[in-house]
Amino acid sequence: MYDSDKPVLEVKGLKTHLTTKNGVSKAVDGIDFSLHKGETLGIVGESGCGKSMTSLSILRLIPSPPGKIVDGSILFKGKNIVEMSEDQLRKIRGNEISMIFQEPMTSLNPVIPVGEQIAEALRLHQKLGKKDAWQNSIEMLKLVGIPSPEKRAKQEPFQLSGGMRQRVMIAMALACRPEVLIADEPTTALDVTIQAQILELIKKLQAKIGMGVIMITHDLGVVAETCDKVAVMYAGNIVEHAPTEQLFSDPKHPYTKGLLNSLPRIYEDQDELATIEGNVPSPYHLPEGCRFASRCAHREAICDRKLPELIEQSDGVKVRCWMYTDQWALHEEKEEVL
Amino acid sequence: MQAQTRKVILQVDHLKQYFPVKTNSLFKPKNYVKAVDDVSFKLYEGETLSIVGESGCGKSTTGRAILRLDEPTSGKVHYSGKNILELNKRDMRKLRGDLQVIFQDPFASLNPRQTVKQILNEAMAIQEVVPKKERLERLLELLSYVGLPPESLSRYPHEFSGGQRQRIGIARALAVDPRLIICDEAVSALDVSIQAQILNLLKKLQRQFGLTFLFISHDLSVVRHISDRVMVMYLGKVVEIAEKKSLFDQSFHPYTQALLSSIPVPNPKLNRDRVILKGDIPSPIDPPKGCRFHTRCPFVMDRCKTEEPELREVKANHFVSCHLV
Amino acid sequence: MMMFILRRIFQTIPVMIGVTFVVFFIMQLVPGDPAVLLAGEGASKETIEGIREQLGLNQPLYVQYTDYLMNIFRGDLGVSLKNSQPVLDEILVRLPITIELAFFSILITIVLGMAAGIISAIKPYSLTDVSVMLIALLGISLPSFWFGLMLMYLFSVKLQILPVAGWDSILHIILPAVTLGAGGAAIVARMTRSSMLEVIRQDYIRTARSKGLRETVIIYKHALRNALIPVITVVGLQFGALLGGTVLVESIFAINGLGRMIVDAIRMRDLPIVQGGVLCASLIFVIVNLFVDIFYRFFNKRIELN
Repeated sequence: MYDSDKPVLEVKGLKTHLTTKNGVSKAVDGIDFSLHKGETLGIVGESGCGKSMTSLSILRLIPSPPGKIVDGSILFKGKNIVEMSEDQLRKIRGNEISMIFQEPMTSLNPVIPVGEQIAEALRLHQKLGKKDAWQNSIEMLKLVGIPSPEKRAKQEPFQLSGGMRQRVMIAMALACRPEVLIADEPTTALDVTIQAQILELIKKLQAKIGMGVIMITHDLGVVAETCDKVAVMYAGNIVEHAPTEQLFSDPKHPYTKGLLNSLPRIYEDQDELATIEGNVPSPYHLPEGCRFASRCAHREAICDRKLPELIEQSDGVKVRCWMYTDQWALHEEKEEVL
Repeated sequence: MQAQTRKVILQVDHLKQYFPVKTNSLFKPKNYVKAVDDVSFKLYEGETLSIVGESGCGKSTTGRAILRLDEPTSGKVHYSGKNILELNKRDMRKLRGDLQVIFQDPFASLNPRQTVKQILNEAMAIQEVVPKKERLERLLELLSYVGLPPESLSRYPHEFSGGQRQRIGIARALAVDPRLIICDEAVSALDVSIQAQILNLLKKLQRQFGLTFLFISHDLSVVRHISDRVMVMYLGKVVEIAEKKSLFDQSFHPYTQALLSSIPVPNPKLNRDRVILKGDIPSPIDPPKGCRFHTRCPFVMDRCKTEEPELREVKANHFVSCHLV
Repeated sequence: MMMFILRRIFQTIPVMIGVTFVVFFIMQLVPGDPAVLLAGEGASKETIEGIREQLGLNQPLYVQYTDYLMNIFRGDLGVSLKNSQPVLDEILVRLPITIELAFFSILITIVLGMAAGIISAIKPYSLTDVSVMLIALLGISLPSFWFGLMLMYLFSVKLQILPVAGWDSILHIILPAVTLGAGGAAIVARMTRSSMLEVIRQDYIRTARSKGLRETVIIYKHALRNALIPVITVVGLQFGALLGGTVLVESIFAINGLGRMIVDAIRMRDLPIVQGGVLCASLIFVIVNLFVDIFYRFFNKRIELN
């Protein structure tokens, strides 16, 4: 039934909207991507682009109200998560697909020993007895590199440092050997030397367990170091989807280019940073045409008329921009004739 | 070299900032967080000196101590011939016109009930730098410096985006004609495209007004972009201080090296030999004896565990505190 | 933890001394001269003077206060002006009754309040939630003397299933305990609800959901323990209000407890009894607060570090 060559997770046309008193916010507005086992997909973008909403939608963890998946499908090994019952969904959460979050400070329950927080998932999904689950959770703590795990397992989160808490989160997420790990800004709240440790650890465990990883981040450096392929998001859409090396060596979408140019470099000197002028459109009032048009240097009439599709180019990169369509060539010719 | 001929605007000597910690026992001696422990450096007119380090290294505390936002435990901070730490309230208030600060969270540092006009007017009124009649003109001038439209004056902070709010914070600092601005994680909360705008703006203003910046940040890429010199701190101590080029070309302290190699670089083709430090940053309440970095240092020797290294000049204007060099 | 408990116990000593101070001097402000009252109407000046001397009322105030304080340490709270019985004996007879009443009342406050709060919080803004909160609002607004009388009318007079007054069996406890505990239960219910709603929004609840836990486990294991931390403080404060309430409730239901003793003594200008009673009630309050603090600390170990 389930073919291992096929992607383990496939998201098609996903739309997650938030209905508030200010109107409807199209936080995620038609997203497509797929993930194979052992592969790492980066979803990158600036605040408000919808990357976190996308990650929460996969396990249907968006707070509702106001959030709701209004369209699209999320196929996990061929089964549609969007249509699952709560019971079916619970069997997947924390077992076959699990998540780690940005804030290790607040993502662990402050009054429950960390060992128990890991063990409860093991008892639930692996049907382990109390003792075995506890032993197993100590093993997991050892695996994520926590010193004296027997002692640490009995401690509550406030007794651990930020880096250690994120290790506990990882231990918890990987306890049931999931097939997909969603990491939502896992290192944003950590210091750089600790961030390096955590990213290294995720890579190491991925090689060991073989899960697919979705890395949600705003940091293009993290993407470059951890991901096989990247989806760049802007205002609820994917604007470019490319293998990591290609995205950095040959960015296509004007937004991707702008983003890369605005980064200060650690290995070069720049006198002035390139900037993207203007602001992201409000998700409540999205323009009809290309959502980046108002900030784009290549803007033409067609850009304001219609939202371009995410189209695959000859080199396999997908990009959502009129410049990479046949219409653009026609449009240019017309200009020349005039 | 060049730096020695330049004028020193601020000189910090043996600055210490200890915060007492509550203990549970009535009888145990009081503990202290040695947030800043014997830090000395000079700041030259018109330059940008960055202080970089991870949480608990004391970089922000140093900035706050200089401005006396927290009274430092001991040390001297000389500004134009006077020790700031000995000034009385009135003189200190006068001095605050010269020394300004921009914080990380522009929203928290702007009064939500004041319009931009009120915020900027208040800053000017305290220092009495501009006669009342000329204030409106001055306000519009300030807005143009930071790239905000004139109609911003009648709006409230919450009506602006994060980047724009940081611009208001910068305008407020500029309102009093400062000479030195301390930027405490001023761009850390911003998205990269906005961060680039603010960094460019800071550089432009520095050229325009001959400002001196003390730039406090945890982000080495940003530091590299904006600084002339860089000071690296770890657990309340200076571990390395040098001209930017010298530091980024060849750093001597193992901590600086590790810090540099920990940064994720947006270039997937780059193959680096990474130094990944083991363990956590120790608590500043009970910092390691000897060299404070010895618990995580890949090159630790016996000497490091007992003897604290001095800050020594290893190259022209490049100081390192490590037994290895 | 031990250190904390010891220190906390030490801290209660100045509080208690402060209480004796306040109790003593407030009593001085009460109009009416106890000696005149004791001597009875038409007594001669000499008799009154004599009583004054006998009770030490002619001494300067600070001497009276130090004597009073020293006597307390000896366990001597003086004698009742009315029947010359030692005040301590009187209190020891009345106290267990009041404690019994307070215990059942606080039990109602906690159990009823928390249950209602949780039920409300699980489905906020649902019909159940709105009705429960409406009842809670009534519970806070209704004065307890009226509520007590209504209960008495309904259950004792009309339905005749519970005794009207007195203190003989478990059945006697029900009405006064409900009267006394209802207001607190309403406050605790509202507090539990808002605290639960706050906790349910936290990141760690999302984490618990992402693990695939059942909603009931999430509520009772992950949310409740955190939500109860502020509720404990409210329960502690409620206990103080409850002690005050015993005065009314004991009078309504004719229960010979501490509260009623104090009220009667005030009416009789029986100063030593009033002083002793108030002192005793304060002591209970301080002790309860001590336990609340320790309990709070136990629930919320994080504050030990900060």
